[in-house]
Parts: sequence; structure tokens; C-alpha cells
Amino acid sequence: MKKFDIVVVGGGHAGIEAASVGARMGCSVGLITMDRYALGRLSCNPAIGGTAKGHLVREIDALGGIMGKIADPTGIQFRMLNKSKGPAVWSLRCQSDRKLYSAEAYRVIDSTENLEIVEDSAIGVLTENGKVVGVKTQSRNDILCNALILSSGTFLNGLMHTGLNKTIGGRHGEQSSTGITESLVNLGFEYGRLKTGTPPRLRKDTINWNILEEQPGDENPEPFSYQTDISKFPVLPQVSCHISYTDKEVHKILEKGFEFSPMFTGRIQGVGPRYCPSIEDKIVRFADKEKHQLFLEPEGLDSDLIYLNGFSSSLPAEIQYEALKKIKGLENVEMVRPGYAVEYDFFPPHQVDLTLETKLIDGLYFAGQINGTSGYEEAAAQGLIAGINAALKIQGKPEFILKRSQAYIGVLIDDLVTKSTDEPYRMFTSRAEHRLLLRQDNADRRLMKFGFDFGLIPKELFEKVNIREKTIVGGIDYCQTKKYHAREINTFLNATNSNEIDSTETISKLCKRPEIHLKQLLEFNGSINEKAAIDLLKDEIALQQTEIELKYEGYIQRQYEAIAKLERYETTTIPLNFDFNKIKHLSTEGKSKLNKVKPRSIGQASRISGVTPSDISILLVYLKN
Amino acid sequence: MNEDTIVALATPAGVGAISIIRVSGSKAFAVTDRFFFGKIKIENAATHTLHYGYIKNQDEEKIDDVLISVFRAPNSYTGEDSIEINTHGNPLIVQKIIELLVSVDEVRLAEPGEFTKRAFLNSRLDLTEAEAVADVINSRTEASFRGARNQLDGFLSARVNDLRSQLLNLSSFIELELDFAEEDIEFVNLDELSKRVDSIIIEIDTLLESYEFGRVIRDGVNVAIVGRPNVGKSSLLNYILKESRAIVSEIPGTTRDVIREEVSINGILFRLFDTAGIRISEDTIEREGILRSQETVRNSDVIIFLEDVKQGESRELQKDLLDLSSPDKIIKVLNKIDLDSTSEISADVKISAKTGEGIDRLFFKLKEKAIGSSSYTEKTAIVTNLRHHNCLKKSRENLINARESIIKKMSGEFISVDLRNAEMTLAEIIGEVTTEDILNNIFMKFCIGK
Repeated sequence: MKKFDIVVVGGGHAGIEAASVGARMGCSVGLITMDRYALGRLSCNPAIGGTAKGHLVREIDALGGIMGKIADPTGIQFRMLNKSKGPAVWSLRCQSDRKLYSAEAYRVIDSTENLEIVEDSAIGVLTENGKVVGVKTQSRNDILCNALILSSGTFLNGLMHTGLNKTIGGRHGEQSSTGITESLVNLGFEYGRLKTGTPPRLRKDTINWNILEEQPGDENPEPFSYQTDISKFPVLPQVSCHISYTDKEVHKILEKGFEFSPMFTGRIQGVGPRYCPSIEDKIVRFADKEKHQLFLEPEGLDSDLIYLNGFSSSLPAEIQYEALKKIKGLENVEMVRPGYAVEYDFFPPHQVDLTLETKLIDGLYFAGQINGTSGYEEAAAQGLIAGINAALKIQGKPEFILKRSQAYIGVLIDDLVTKSTDEPYRMFTSRAEHRLLLRQDNADRRLMKFGFDFGLIPKELFEKVNIREKTIVGGIDYCQTKKYHAREINTFLNATNSNEIDSTETISKLCKRPEIHLKQLLEFNGSINEKAAIDLLKDEIALQQTEIELKYEGYIQRQYEAIAKLERYETTTIPLNFDFNKIKHLSTEGKSKLNKVKPRSIGQASRISGVTPSDISILLVYLKN
Repeated sequence: MNEDTIVALATPAGVGAISIIRVSGSKAFAVTDRFFFGKIKIENAATHTLHYGYIKNQDEEKIDDVLISVFRAPNSYTGEDSIEINTHGNPLIVQKIIELLVSVDEVRLAEPGEFTKRAFLNSRLDLTEAEAVADVINSRTEASFRGARNQLDGFLSARVNDLRSQLLNLSSFIELELDFAEEDIEFVNLDELSKRVDSIIIEIDTLLESYEFGRVIRDGVNVAIVGRPNVGKSSLLNYILKESRAIVSEIPGTTRDVIREEVSINGILFRLFDTAGIRISEDTIEREGILRSQETVRNSDVIIFLEDVKQGESRELQKDLLDLSSPDKIIKVLNKIDLDSTSEISADVKISAKTGEGIDRLFFKLKEKAIGSSSYTEKTAIVTNLRHHNCLKKSRENLINARESIIKKMSGEFISVDLRNAEMTLAEIIGEVTTEDILNNIFMKFCIGK
């Protein structure tokens, strides 16, 4: 019988991160997938990143994950979103060539040592005495393992809907997976049903491109990965997206199909995402809105398919088609594939711990949509954390948990475990209370040390980051002490339409003026000879980091203070398997919620809904004694 | 944990035979020795001993004679070095001593329940006691959830919740723009945003002002009666008290000591001080009384500046008065209008302490000075709790920061930082969970110094 240290079930974005990281940390890994060429498939929109998701990709990369490394060479349009806002909410997004992305994912996985791709379908979890021992497969003998990571996406009892037609399957043209849910329910897990949807795919050369608004990528695109060679970036030719809109007539046609909608007729039981509603949902919920924006996104350089972002639908195919033809630019469109909704099983995530190991079964981990999230990036982040923790546990090392104040990944997992979810969970920047610190531009400074410790980040890269850190620290110190005299700087200030100064002012203070850039302040008189300043000017990224820290110093300071205030509660730990029932004074609801979530710290406990401040007080009193 | 040394009054506020001030922390002995003058230094005193001496201020002026109990760590309530100062039960004395103590670095006023909190953290409370504490907290909280909170609290919660939901609305507008950059949503109008922040600040200001009223209701108002000899200070006091406690005499300067009476006017507690005069005199006996009178005036919330129709205006006294107090605290009262009802002398109120004429008007003025002209009805949200007051103040600061960011046209995520903080600070008032100092909240329900 085959035996691995770690078996990963499902080769989506969570699965490949988990398998890759497990193998690179020295464990033998088996990755069970139904189709090796479907690894890392972009099953919905052909894009990586976006608001808050771009942050996740950068964090994954800084920790040593593979998502950014796959996205960079296969991206056909890169844009930094929110550029008009402050740096904390800038987010990188790319359009990907769907085929090339998947091919690159396969190449990366296939070339990873210690990692074996097993083409099969997992149909049951094998346990002994509350500990995972292996997995049952459809066409092989049982596969044994010390850790099992389930990242099965939408495949658990997947059911696709278009109008009133139902097809069993996890994705267009792919079968679903049965057996796992049943086996988990037998082990005592609680499950639920979620729904997600995808829009129609259109034939590229049947669209009247000339009359559509074009949306090109950035002129000087940035890659996701810290390891991408910027001199050879972008790798692929860059293309544009286009924008169109629905109108009242389109809405009217769609409304005709409502009586055949699997959502409105109650055929779909699963809860859909509120923030990514189907077009029929938008029409009902925002009845006063006369038009909705649509993005026409290329599926690849060679692909003749266009993804119609914003038009996700599960209405009957003929209704979708009729409505499409009324949309500007789509008058003669060929609909290659209608949109559909897919329903799937998930396991409410309070059942996993912050390591993503389930609380019920030792050695069993959940990652991705099985935990109720939506999105490739959210899935990948969980895959990475589950993979790291599985490997650490097998190697007898301490677990790895990121705090909310350290990373979006920390926010993501804490939210899932602590608050659970009953709709597909998506990351937003507003979920991160320490948003100003958790920027996509400083993910390396925040997290690369961990990736390096796990052996996932090359030494040269980590050293580069360390040297840069010194440059930044030195630069900040320099700017806070170096003063300019009015007579030397007022000419420059005048020239930049900035108010003159009376006597002297530090670079740090001057830099806070919105109209002034740090670079200008360092080189305006061309005679900088202090080492700290020269170092800054030599390293553009260090310069940018220094500028951000100085410009937004007050705000950043306030965030640090907020973190410090909470730290005590985050570090007051609650023993594992603490029995909250033995505290008689807790409120009934508080007790049951605490027993369900099993928080690790007072901080985490305080975020559980239904746990009152007095419950927390009482808990503190008991923990102190 | 916090290493500050903490100070608080441990007995009820107001007048009593004695008051006890509790000091706890590593500096408790050292700070006491700065102001305590007895046979030995507290620093050298054995635990559980009692010491008689004086408290003197920085200028070596005697404030009161006191008894100090010494408790050395860990054998004290808090488990830290602690002392208890027994003073005469006079709020002015207590206030002075506390002010002296907290003027020292790393010494500050205790937060509500902080003594108990320290006791708990230093393991001075065992499991059973801790359970008892938990019981108390629990029952109180549950009671409050059952709506047993008093009316004032109920109205305050409603106001605060309303402000919070306004803030949440503002925040969600901002977040919408940040997190849905790709959607064609409307942008936040900064002018509108700024206006709405302003209106929340104004509402918080109203609540903050009500604290003054709340404080007055709780602590009462100190009123000094000042005037030249024989203008009828004691007669006025007597009329108000309707009982002769102060000595009424024709000989100027009889009222050497500051005399104090408490009286309730329109439901507000007024503490009336009859002063001996505030002009420096050559008479050494009078001198001490005068110094005391000056002190009384300085510490008063309202001053009745009494003149009479016969002696006329006293510009010198008025000038002296303005050195000791601010003009908006002063009510100028003209007495003895029974003798000359046509006097041209200007005054805020004209009365006769003999016939009672004009006294109602004086009462109205007193109330106005004490609580302002705002009309507080029983349906108004009133802030009476210092912690609530501080939360409102902090929330207001957050909002001022947010407004500054809006004016500077900062991007939404910067505005959001302070809007969120403002909201969270408000949430602390109604005890919702709680990114805040949970431990401090634990014992919040205990009165200060307990």
C-alpha cells in the first residue's frame, strides 16, 4: 500500500500550494486529482489578484508559495487597482491566459521533488482513534498518510444549474466527487451547502470591439512575485479588456426567465456570495439601477473565448442568449457556453483550528472552498498554511499561525475559524483592521522571514530584503534628523508650489506634504553625500517604503498603538481543549459558542459573536487562577 | 501591567467625619513622604502601623493633619505597597491632597475598579473570591441586559447607538469605494462626509456638556458668598437656610472662618460658603481667615458677589475677586433693596435678604450658572459616569482626526482609521465587545478606590 507523509485531495489553487509547500519542506506528498492537466485551473474568471486578493498573492509569495510565480509568466494584463487611493489599498490584478496558467501550474508541480501526482478520486477519509491514517480512492487501494489535506473545491457533491436543468459535476465538463462528505459526516462533522456562479463565455470574433470602451493594463506593470525577474517582465504580450453595460431592455428580457431561475424557484439551497451576485440577483436587489457594468475579459492570447465578468447567471441558456444580444457590442455575439451556478458541500470553518487542522480529527486539514471561502487567492492562502502546518506537525515543530496584525492571511483564517461563515467568504481590505500596515508593497518585509525559516525562500533573496530593511531604517532615521534651512530649500518649495518654511524643517516633516516626493527632497540640490540618503536613492523600493512610512507616519503610528493595546488579549492564551462548561457563570450562549469555536486566546474569544464582554471577564478571572 | 502608582478616594465623595485616600504602587511610600510630615518617614514605617502628622503642599503650607496607615507588599489589599490617608471629611482637603499626590511623575488617579484589578492580578483574590467577583459582575451585567439600567443610562445608550450607526454608515460608504474599485459605484462626496462628521462631533459635544450637569447632580455645586463686611452675607445665608447657623452680627469681621452649609435648590445640591472677606488685612487673626476665604473662592463653581444699596459698589473688591476667579462664575447681587428700592447700582440680581424679595431670581441665576442654560429633561441623555465621559472625549478626538484627514483630502482608508476608532470607542460605553481594555472593564462596575 502506498504511503505518503501528506496526501492532498484536489489540485486547485489550495491543493497545489499545499502539495508544493509540503514537498519543499521535506515531506513526501501525494496529490490526488482527477486530471493532472486540470491542476491550478482558473475555473471562473481568468484573473488573479484584485482588491485585497492582490495582497494575499503577495503574502503567499513572501512566504514561499507558488501562486505569484505561476501568475507572472502567464499574465496578459497587469493593473494596480486603486492607484488614486493610498498605498494600503493598492492591489495588483492580472488577466491570465487560462491555458498557460494551468500548464505552468502543472509544470511547477510536476517538477517538484517529493511530490507525486495521483490521478484518482478520493471517496473517503480513513481514521483510527480520532487520527487520520489515509484516504480511500475510487480506483486504487487505500493510500496511507500522516496528514490529509482536503481541498476539494466545488467538487463535493457538486451540482450545476442552468435554468431548471441540473447536471452533476464540480465544474463544466468535469465530474463531481462523492463519498468524502458522507465519510466526514460519519466522523461527526457538520456540513452545509453553498452556491457560486459563473458567467457565459462568448466567441471573441463575434463581438463588435470597435464600439466598446477599452481598458488597457498598466504601462509599467509590476509582477506579483518577489522572485520574478523584472527585466524580463512582462513575459507575454499584453492585451486589453473592454467595458460594456446592460440596460433596461436587457433587464426586461432577463426578468422573463425568473420563473425558470433555480435560485428564485428555490431549487438551489446553497447560499451565494452577496458581493458577487448573479446578474438576476443584481436586477432584483438593485431595482432602481438602470444599468450594470460588464467587463469583457480575454481568456488567453490564443483563446477565442471571452469571459463576460459581471454577468454571472443561472437563468435558462436561451434567456441568457437573448439578453446578451441586446448588450452594446454583443449584437451578433455567439454564446459558446451559458453561465451556470454550482452548488457544493462545505464544512463551516469553526470546525478547523487556526492551523487549518480540524478540531475533530488529528492530522486532517481543510483548505479552500471546503472552508466556505470563494476565490483562488483565498484558497491558495489556506492551502499554503495547511501545507506548512501539516509539514511542521509531522516534523514535530511548532505550529505556524499568522496574527491579524501580521497578514491578511491571518485575518482570513481568524475570521473563518472565529466567526465561521454561512456564505462564500471573500477577502476585503476592510476586513483587515490594521490595513495601513498590511500593504501589498511590504509583504516581503512582514513575512519573508517565515518563508526563509521554512526553507521556502532562497537565501540571496532574503538577504536582499534584509539589506533593504537596513536601508529603510537608516533612511527613516536620516529623514527624521536631517534638517533643511529655509535659504537652501525655499526655492525648491516655491518651484513645487509648496509653502515656504520660516527657519528649518526636517525632511520627514516636509515629506508629509502631499505635493512633495521624498526623492525630490533628497536630490533637489544635487549635493547629497550622506550614506543613508545615497543608499535610499540607489534602491527604489527602499525609497518607496521610506516615503510611505514617513508620509503616513501619524496614521501608521495609530495603528501600531491599536495593535499594542490588543496584544495582551491576543497573547493571553486559552489551553487547548479547555472545557468551557465547567465555568458556571458564563452565559448559556457564550458557553456554547466558546465550546464550538474553541478559541486559542482571549482576543479570539472576544471576536466570537454571542460571547459577551462579561463572558470574557469571567473567562479572564478563571484563566488567571 | 501598568506600573503607575494609583491614587483615589476610597470613601464616598462629600462631607463626612473622615475621608480615606488610598495610594497603591511601587511609589506609594516615596510619594507620600514628599508631603507627609510626621515622626518618621513612611518609607521606614513597619507594615500595619498608624502614623500621625501633617500633609503640607510644595510651599510648605499645611493642608490638614492626617493619620496614615501603612501596608507593605504583599500584605495589602492590592498586594502592592499601599497607604491609606485619613483626612478630615472635607472635599476641598481631599481634592488638594489628591492633586498633590498625582502631581508626581508616574502617579495618577486610579481608574474605576483598578485597586480590585490589581488585587486580582497580584493573586490577592483566591478562586472563591474571584468567583464572587465574577458573580457580582455577572448579575450586574445581566440585570442591565434585562433593562434594569436606570433611565439615564437607557437614553444614553440610545444616543450612543445612534451615533455608532451613523459612523458605521459613513465607514461603509468609504469601504465601498475602497473595496469595490472595479464596480461603477458613486464616489464619496467629501463635503457631505465632512458635514456628517461635524454633526456627529456636535452631538458628542452636547453629551460632553451634559457631563457637567451630571457632575453637578452627583457632586453638588460650591458657592462662595463674597462681600464687604455688613453687606448681609450671613443674613443671605440664613435666609437661604431658614435657620441661623452663621453668626449675624453688626461688628465687621465676625465671620472669621469659612462657614459652610448644604442646601437643595430645585433639586441641585449647593454647598454655600460664607467667607470672611478676601482683602488682605493687617490684623493677624483675620489674616488666616482671609487666606482660607481666598482658597474657598478659588475652588468655587459659582460666586455670589454681594453688595448693598447703602455702601454702594466696591471696585477694589471686585478687582480682587477677578484675580481669584473668572467673571463668568460671578453673580453680582445687590442686597437691602428694602431700604432703597430705587438704587441705580447695577447688579445681576437685586434682593432683600430681610424680606426675601428677589431670592427666587437669585435661585434661578444659581441654577443657570451651575448647569448652563441648556434644558435637561428626564428624557435627555445625560453622561454621569467618568468612564463614559472619557470615551466620548476620545471618540471626539478620533473624529477630529478624521475630519482633518477629510480636509486634507486623504484617501478613504486614512479617514476610515479614525472613524472606526471613534465607533469602537463609543461601543465601549455600552459595553459591546471589545477590542478595548477588557481587564479594565472587568471591574468597571466597582466604584473608584474600592
